[in-house]
Amino acid sequence: MRKAIFWIAAVLILAGLQTQLVGWIGAYYYKIVILAGINIILAVSLNLINGITGQFSIGHAGFYAIGAYTSASLVHYGESAIRGTVAFLPRFGQDTVLLLLGILVAAIAAGLAGVAVGIPSLRLRGDYLAIVTLGFGEIIRVLILNIDAIGGARGFSDIPPLSNFFFFWVFLFVLMTVGTIHNLVNSSYGRAFISIRDDEIAAEAMGVDTTRFKVLSFVISSMFAGIGGSLFGHYTAYLNPNSFTFVTSFYLIIMIVVGGLGSIGGSILGAILVTVILEAFRSLSEFRLVGFSILLVLVMIYRPQGLMGSRGMFKFKRRAAVAK
Amino acid sequence: MGLLDIKDCTKKFGGLVAVRNLNMSLAPGTLYGLIGPNGAGKTTVFNLITGVYTPDQGSIELDGKAIHRKKPSSIARLGMSRTFQNIRLFKSMTVLENVKLARHMKRKQSLFDAVMRTRALKDEERQIEHDATELLKIFHLDARASELASNLPYGAQRRLEIARALATDPKVLLLDEPAAGMNPQESIELMGLIRSVRDRFQLTVLLVEHNMKVVMGICERIQVIDYGETIALGSPKEIQDDPRVIEAYLGGA
Repeated sequence: MRKAIFWIAAVLILAGLQTQLVGWIGAYYYKIVILAGINIILAVSLNLINGITGQFSIGHAGFYAIGAYTSASLVHYGESAIRGTVAFLPRFGQDTVLLLLGILVAAIAAGLAGVAVGIPSLRLRGDYLAIVTLGFGEIIRVLILNIDAIGGARGFSDIPPLSNFFFFWVFLFVLMTVGTIHNLVNSSYGRAFISIRDDEIAAEAMGVDTTRFKVLSFVISSMFAGIGGSLFGHYTAYLNPNSFTFVTSFYLIIMIVVGGLGSIGGSILGAILVTVILEAFRSLSEFRLVGFSILLVLVMIYRPQGLMGSRGMFKFKRRAAVAK
Repeated sequence: MGLLDIKDCTKKFGGLVAVRNLNMSLAPGTLYGLIGPNGAGKTTVFNLITGVYTPDQGSIELDGKAIHRKKPSSIARLGMSRTFQNIRLFKSMTVLENVKLARHMKRKQSLFDAVMRTRALKDEERQIEHDATELLKIFHLDARASELASNLPYGAQRRLEIARALATDPKVLLLDEPAAGMNPQESIELMGLIRSVRDRFQLTVLLVEHNMKVVMGICERIQVIDYGETIALGSPKEIQDDPRVIEAYLGGA
């Protein structure tokens, strides 16, 4: 019951904000808010595998790309067929069906890719896993570059935007992502993930099937990356392989490290911070990476556990007690 | 036939035979000691039993089921639990969470329950919390339940490891040098604790230990190995008088 009330309230508030937001802050800041939202989805999902399960993946952009391109091609090539099946709905309803279908297919495709990459590579540890995931991300990008049907190096244009309600959709999925991962962490599953991060041998001895749980964490993480990709594609209505280089993966890692590995609140904060900094210093283009290096060094010196530490998002009291 | 049977097990690492034709049989309810000089292969035996290593030859059976080709987590599921020589607690978890994690394989919650936080999940989480707290009380750790496990003093960490192992509801409990680093007073307390735990949970306990006072004080049967081979097997009294054991520990005359 409380859950239902929460979601109804969330939908109403988001819809209300949607109607007012552009008027309040203007189109430019509106765009940044949406990008921040997508980055929150990506960072919080990456945090599940990197921060909570402790497996160092740097191929998140690959799953992000898979989601974006899958959803875009489904809607681009299947638009008329899908509209035909739901022709009884008004235009607005048809758009919503298309968007949600795109998101669903994106999540499934990215999740399947997560299974395919996860099962062989999660037997590797530390640096080796990082190398494999990095390679995976690049393979996906190069594949996309060479598939002409989705634009190749020219980029994929003419993606139907489907909605003027992007703030609403993006932040609805932000809530779902955060809610899902937060609930997951506070269950037997979450304890299993954290036990793998803390001590794999002990986790296995306590009956945690570590391979299975690593794959599970990886798959959930990639599914949400796929959702983020789908939203991004439909929002910008244009995709370019250059948006999905390993640099993107590194920005995501910077977000979760600055925020505090393992902390959901930290990932949210990190995502907002990095998005804003990236935009604020857009004129510096590549030199922004130098700035991020400095930021990372400063965080490592003054707050090595990240801005939020490693605890959850609502547990300020307990964290204070632990910190002594 | 015992609850845990090792039959003719051999494990080689390259040219080194760490365990050679080892036989061991633990009758249900015994407190069984495995001792031997440094490098005798005790830890290898532990790792064979818990599935960290696979034996090159021979078989290991738990309650009549062959376990020597299974993963550690599957063996744990069949009722084997252990502690570690160099304490391996989950450092970023609290004392309570460490024990709760060990209830993991008894869980009924599905992924759906976890994501949607259903009533079934909340009930189960409450039950897990209750069971874990009860267990902590037995080990006098309940007062520190919400502290990080890594902040406990050494002796308490050892106790927590045993509590965590028990939370999996094992049939066989393997203790790898539980008295390591303890002073004589703590060792005596530990002996009482191991005995009471065995009786209370009706366990079969396999103990690897260097502290002879502890081994001789609580074990009912002792097996001595050296260079991977059994050199003696019997009651503490028999072991103490066995000339081969004395030779292995002190060198030949």
